[in-house]
Order: sequence, then C-alpha cells, then structure tokens
Amino acid sequence: MSKVSLKIEFGGGLELLFDNQRSYRIDVPSEVPIDNSTDEESLSTKEKKPVDVKYLIHHMRDHMLKERVELFMEKDTVRPGILVLINDTDWELEGEGDYKLKSGDEIVFISTLHGG
Amino acid sequence: MAPRSCALCQKAKAMLKRPKTGQQICRDCFFYVFETEVHNTITEAQLFNPGDRVAIGASGGKDSTVLAYVMKTLNERYQYGLELFLLSIDEGITGYRDDSLETVKRNQEQYNMPLKILSYDELYGWTMDAIVSQVGRKNNCTFCGVFRRQALDRGAAMLNVDHIVTGHNADDIAETVLMNIMRGDIARLGRCTSICTQGEDTIRRSKPFKYAYEKEIVMYAYFKKLDYFSTECIYSPDAYRGHARAFLKDLEAARPSAIIDIIHSGEAFEIKEEVKATQKVQQTCQRCGYMSSNPLCKACTLLEGLERGMANSGITDRARKKLDAGGPAPDNIRTIPFFSRMNSGGNPAIAVEQPS
Repeated sequence: MSKVSLKIEFGGGLELLFDNQRSYRIDVPSEVPIDNSTDEESLSTKEKKPVDVKYLIHHMRDHMLKERVELFMEKDTVRPGILVLINDTDWELEGEGDYKLKSGDEIVFISTLHGG
Repeated sequence: MAPRSCALCQKAKAMLKRPKTGQQICRDCFFYVFETEVHNTITEAQLFNPGDRVAIGASGGKDSTVLAYVMKTLNERYQYGLELFLLSIDEGITGYRDDSLETVKRNQEQYNMPLKILSYDELYGWTMDAIVSQVGRKNNCTFCGVFRRQALDRGAAMLNVDHIVTGHNADDIAETVLMNIMRGDIARLGRCTSICTQGEDTIRRSKPFKYAYEKEIVMYAYFKKLDYFSTECIYSPDAYRGHARAFLKDLEAARPSAIIDIIHSGEAFEIKEEVKATQKVQQTCQRCGYMSSNPLCKACTLLEGLERGMANSGITDRARKKLDAGGPAPDNIRTIPFFSRMNSGGNPAIAVEQPS
C-alpha cells in the first residue's frame, strides 16, 4: 500500500493532548476508507478515497491523541477554536477537511482556546 | 483548489480568510490590515496623548504578547510618543505563572521595554497556591480575579503610568457580554463593551484589541513567530466562561460575524435611568483607599476572610454576616497597603511595605 508522508505540528497548547510533543512525522495510506475508519480491517476491505485532511483528523484521534478527545474533535472535524494551516495557509482557503494530502505536506494545528 | 491571489494586493498567494470580512488575503497584507485596524481603534477612541506612560498588562499569553509587539510597532510607525512598559502580575501559581513569566522576561529583551512584576505575595501576603490550599478549587477564581484587578492598578501606580492597556480581544468581550446577560448583571453589561474605563483615582484602562478577532491574533503570532506561552491555569479554569466560550465558538463557526454582532448588541443596550439609580455609587475603601462600591472593597473583604480563616465571607452574603457577627476585624491581621496616586514626580506612587 502506498503511503503519504506528512509533518504535523501543534501550537497554542494543543501539544498537551499529544504527549506534549510539538512535532511529528507520520505516514498515512494514500487510499483510505470513505467513512474515515482507521482500523486495519477497514483499511483493507472498505471502499476507498484518496487521503484527505478529514481522514488525517480521525487518524490523529485514533492513533496519536493521548487524552480528552472532546478538546480536539467535535462531530466529524476539529473543535471550533482550533486553527488548521496547510503548508502555512489557512485551511479555509484549501477546502478544509476535503483537502487531498500529498507527501511533504505540513499541517499545523493551533488551539486558540488556551489562556490570554 | 487552485491557489487564489490576495484580494488586496492581487499579487501574492492568499494565506488566510479574515473572519470579519471573509476576504482572502496574503501574509503581508494581513499584517498591514491587522495593525492598521488597531491603529484606527486607538486613534478613533483617542486613547493616548503624546508623552503618555503606558503599561501593557503582560501575562506571557498570546494576546498580551501580540499586543506588546503591535503597540511597539505602532508607537514607532505613527510616532505616538508613548513610553511603554510591561507590567506582569505574579499570582504565585507554581508550574503555571512562573513559566509564563519567563516568557514575559524574554519579551522584555526582545521588545526592549522595562518590566515590572508585582506578586500577590508582595501585595497581599498570599500566593494563589496558599489561597487554594485554604479555600479549595471552587471559588479560587473569584480571589484571583479581584486580586489581579487591584494588583494591576497598584503595579501601574508604582510605574507611575497614565494608562494600562490589556490584551482583551473581540472574542473575550463578546463572551463577557453573553455572561453578563445570562447573569442579569446590568451594571457590568453597560461597562463591559467600553474601550476605555476609568475609576475615580485609578488609572485609565483600555483594550486596543476590542475589535480584533482571536483567530487573527493567533495567526499574527504564528506568522510573526512571536514567543508566547499557552498553558491552561492549573486551578480549573472559570467554568462559566468556558461554556460561554464554547457557545461563542460554535456561533462563530456558523457565522463569523457573530462576535462583532454580539459586541454591537452589548453596546446598543440602553439602561433605564431608574435601573441606573439603583446601582451603587463608587466610593473609596476605608481600609486601603482603593475604589469600591462598599465601605470595604472586595479585595480587603476577601483578604480579611483569608486572614481570619473564614475565606468564604467575601463570596456569599451569609458567610459575610457570620464574619461580622464574629466582631470587628482584629488589629493584627494583614491588610493591603493604602492606595494613593500622585500624578507628578517620578517616585513610585504607593509605599510598599510588608506587613509584619
């Protein structure tokens, strides 16, 4: 299965939910289940789509997040108040969760909810 | 999606969508419009006079860090003629404030501004760690809020400044409007949207980021690579505000103008004269000279409760009655040094003496 290599960064206190590590390099499959399930079985059996940011968020929840999922996700996306940048551009300009990931992409998640 | 070019310069690639306007703009245009809007806020409200000494309330967090950077930039660009200081309050919270103060100390060097740190321990004889060990984690935010407000004024008096600016942003103000409506706090609802407030003998206080969205402040800090500290206070955050905040963020996701709309709603409330008449008149605290709506200010009441081992007496009326029934305050309890302010001369305006 081919892979997409990404760099993930956290800011604004969000790293606290991810083992207090600010930067990760991860690989995700280039083809992923349409329903964003991330377990091995779904990955091999379910209908596929090219990997996008929405899948990445689910992958992070299922495989990287250490605590308190409600502070990271709400419904099917990141919680309001978390900013996402794709290669330093506001994800609202890149199609948000529908952005198709490619190797070398750098995704930054910043919480605006922590302290003034 | 194909990359779009900036709606303002039409040249560079757009890198952010402004929540206020929906405009898609590039990094440099964003810096320019963000700074210019703050400048416009400052000039329209006539916040400063040339030669003013201004303290920036600095916590090391994103808002005050960006505020210090932008104040320095605008002061130089538009020749405001201000003398800027950083003023930090050390609440005495191990593992939280001590770390964030390190950020402020770096800001002092990066921005080349004098820094004054005033601690609760120095002013009140109690750190928040000590207060929490006595009162628990239920009402500790009340102590911290009341003590911080007065500490900022007193720190500002020590610096002999004319003005304090704080990093309160549009999201903070919209949250406060919502909270005051939900609590029916008419007096505060009327005040909370003012860009500048001034008590009788306290120092002017204003919010240059009144119309700046939190998203833009965070983006500004990110693009400028500003050094800020972001950890939640270890003594559970203000739960009520947390709910207002989450609600506001949901509204913003559905309609980004919601934040500015709520501020406008708060500003548009008109309070009937007969309601205003029931509000308490400002006076000065008999014990410490700070502005107060009662003979004894809130900070003195809370401190007396702590000193007499009846910490809740500042929180509820019932507990206060119990305290009063215990007789007048003993002479040997710790009190806050008397507050007085001088407008002339370079000497610190209050005597700082450690009660024995």
